[in-house]
Amino acid sequence: MDFVVIQSLNGLATASTLFLVASGLSIIFGVTRVVNFAHGSFYMLGAYIAYTLVSRLGGSVAGFWGSIALAAAAVASLGAAMETTLLRRVYKAPELLQLLATFGVVLIVQDLVLVIWGPSDLLGPRAPGLAGAVNILGQPFPQYALFLILFGPLVYAGLWLLFHRTRWGTLVRAATQDREMVAALGVNQAWLFTSVFTLGAALAGMGGALQLPLVAVNHTMDLQSIVEAFVVVVIGGFGSVTGALLAAVIIGELNAFGIVIFPDLTLVLTFVAMAIILVVRPWGLLGKPEAAVRGGAGSIELPMRPLAPRLRLFALGVGLVLLALPLVLGNYGLSVASEVLIFALFAVSLHFIMGTGGMISFGHAAYFGLGAYGAALLMKYLMFPMLGGILFAPVVAGLGALVFGWFCVRLSGVYLAMLTLAFAQITYAIVFQWYGFTGGDNGLIGIWPAAWASSATAYYYLCLALCGGAALLLRRIAFAPFGYTLRACRDSGLRADAIGIDLATHRWLGFALGGAFAGIAGALYAFLKGSVFPDTISISTSIDGLVMVLLGGIQTLVGPIVGAATYKTLHVTMSSYTNQWQAVLGVIIIVLVIAFPEGIMGRFARTAEARTARAGDAAP
Amino acid sequence: MTLSVRGLVKNYGGVAAVAGVDFDLGPGEILALIGPNGAGKSTCFNMLMGQIRPDRGSVKLFGRELVGLPPRAIWRQGVGRTFQITATFGSMTVAENVQMALISHHRRLRALLPYAGRLHREAALALLELVGMADQAVRPCSVLAYGDLKRVELAVALANEPKLLLMDEPTAGMAPRERIALMQLTADIVRARHISVLFTEHDMDVVFAHASRVMVLNRGRLVAEGSPRAVREDKNVQEIYLGTGAVYDLARAKGEATAGGEA
Ligand SMILES: Nc1ncnc2c1ncn2[C@@H]1O[C@H](COP(=O)(O)OP(=O)(O)OP(=O)(O)O)[C@@H](O)[C@H]1O
Ligand SMILES: [Mg+2]
Repeated sequence: MDFVVIQSLNGLATASTLFLVASGLSIIFGVTRVVNFAHGSFYMLGAYIAYTLVSRLGGSVAGFWGSIALAAAAVASLGAAMETTLLRRVYKAPELLQLLATFGVVLIVQDLVLVIWGPSDLLGPRAPGLAGAVNILGQPFPQYALFLILFGPLVYAGLWLLFHRTRWGTLVRAATQDREMVAALGVNQAWLFTSVFTLGAALAGMGGALQLPLVAVNHTMDLQSIVEAFVVVVIGGFGSVTGALLAAVIIGELNAFGIVIFPDLTLVLTFVAMAIILVVRPWGLLGKPEAAVRGGAGSIELPMRPLAPRLRLFALGVGLVLLALPLVLGNYGLSVASEVLIFALFAVSLHFIMGTGGMISFGHAAYFGLGAYGAALLMKYLMFPMLGGILFAPVVAGLGALVFGWFCVRLSGVYLAMLTLAFAQITYAIVFQWYGFTGGDNGLIGIWPAAWASSATAYYYLCLALCGGAALLLRRIAFAPFGYTLRACRDSGLRADAIGIDLATHRWLGFALGGAFAGIAGALYAFLKGSVFPDTISISTSIDGLVMVLLGGIQTLVGPIVGAATYKTLHVTMSSYTNQWQAVLGVIIIVLVIAFPEGIMGRFARTAEARTARAGDAAP
Repeated sequence: MTLSVRGLVKNYGGVAAVAGVDFDLGPGEILALIGPNGAGKSTCFNMLMGQIRPDRGSVKLFGRELVGLPPRAIWRQGVGRTFQITATFGSMTVAENVQMALISHHRRLRALLPYAGRLHREAALALLELVGMADQAVRPCSVLAYGDLKRVELAVALANEPKLLLMDEPTAGMAPRERIALMQLTADIVRARHISVLFTEHDMDVVFAHASRVMVLNRGRLVAEGSPRAVREDKNVQEIYLGTGAVYDLARAKGEATAGGEA
């Protein structure tokens, strides 16, 4: 009994921090409709800034608490700066591109933190006055945790008063419910957005700063906290502060007890809870149905047309150049080129789900990873030859996508995206924790290609043949009835249903097909590297794919290939010039989003379409 | 009977949008369902084709129960429809919108290799010809004028050789002359193909010119039913329409002089 009480108190302490970060994210989304990936960066910055301030101001009561408050204020002003300089330029862009822009900020902050604070973990002081423990049911319980348990609800009460007792709060609530209405009321929207973003950033910064006495400040705090915050917001319902509180308590408690009962499975547990809740309540506990988030939203997608003759020639030229590459590139260059091809297929398969299918996936790495691990495990345990592994990889990945997809396709928009992420994280956790079978974080090594494909040139040609063939096949499918059916479901579910199309089934099959193709890419990647590690399934792999698709432009079929080539090439070339390539990449992403809100190829397609339309009008 | 509807009810939070509707629709009949805004017409349509599940009641097509079936299954039994707010595939051309319905009708939705743009092209163009949209076949649906979208929807709805056509305000957003023409066109098509039609319409000229029978819905209940002439002269109906914009049309339809001033 005592144990239960203590554990649930621990859970509540965790919940308070979760709530601080998640509520900010939720409020920002509610008003601006921006899913702010950089929210985790605010959290991390809060912790780092608080660390520096405490070391300057000293760990006295005034020094410590002053530092926390100042850190929150500093992060708040960074948030305001980000909103006014960046987000304002992209509010009109499709929602996914806004996401991409905020992800650019994540990359920049990651490098900034490394430059300013260095790579090692930093240990902060304990909280003065709260460093001891109190006695609860005969057990010592940290005073600081008790303080956190009280602090969370205090912030909730503060937010409640702010939203219900001030004019500003009324506006925020009105904007959350109906954006157009607020614009119609003549409210200064720009100011409202900035202030909301500032408040959200302050909450995240404070959440980070308050971690100082609890954990070592480190540079993985951003992605870790953003994923947790996403989970909480998704469970609670986007835009609902009360929902965030409720969800934070659920996740906090789940962690506190989960760690005791299934110490290895806490991560899985969190995501399973999220999956269950989303299946039962597709918009979270207290959320409302959200209009679907789509890459093309705001700019209507054009009909697909076969490549114009000139572009056909160009594509042929590119094909010839790719065939001739081994003549000019050395082994290193060829292995980079192979990697580009592999990721191009990965991006194309993600685009099939996101673009053609209209289902945003934040967890496509799951199928890439299932393909990689599938091939590697078949080789290791069943002595499969390389080609056998590559052949079975899409089966393994496709089966995984069938299982996960069954749940995912029932949702839409951000919720669907988060559920895909959840399944990717579950896959990651299983692979990571199942040492006996997958080797855990030691990975699987010695996954080398067959003798005939072992030279860099031969493997490059294998990748070219398989990735090129698979990408062409997916393109063909996009032009086939099945591809059209997926686009029909995406464009108008109402109409699709009224002409005999079973939406859920077709979306499900489309999801699985996309997953299967990602599996081929994964298997090729395993043999290219000669090994597989859990990070093939990590969030950053999923995000890489997302960036490639969005960079190239979600509205064209060629886009993901251009995006993958651009992204990987930038990645490789820049990392040889500078240690801060991530930051440079972030800046480039942001510039591209502002310059090409439709993606690189989307821009070309629109210009070309306008030209043909003009030519058509001129013709008799 | 093509369609028999009995005791159809739908409540929204205690408010009855449709409060017990019964009617029959015979083969080849063109039945108009009229009523002021918010009368429950669209809700009725949505219950007939499964977009909304009724709280109570039965809908039978040739004696077979439709309630509980999803729209896609009802479509396969030969019901086509257009929506009050058009629903088309914006990223496809006009012809492809119709081809999509034809592909579904021929059960080729999961084919992976043929080019969808080439399947049933002729049939799609023929349907577009029928509704006067053939010259715009290769334009993206997203750039069409609203009236043209309504025509595309009609072509799409005809793709599965329906026995019953449900048209929710088929001429909304069109100029008066265009309305009459489109409804004339529809009437010709459905007579030639022996399709039964249920349609709603705010333009009384259109209603009285083409309906073989008219039903009047008010606050979820049918308050009058009969030939266009009988309904037009019904005092009850005139009262319902009093104060709504439609009174103007009603008066004009009766050939009386009208006092102007309607907005
Ligand atoms: N999803 C819903 N939730 C709550 N009320 C609804 C919903 N859909 C319709 N209603 C209400 O039901 C009533 C009937 O609506 P319906 O759309 O069927 O009217 P209608 O006759 O088609 O009107 P109009 O001529 O304006 O199209 C209206 O009062 C409407 O407000
Ligand atoms: Mg209506």
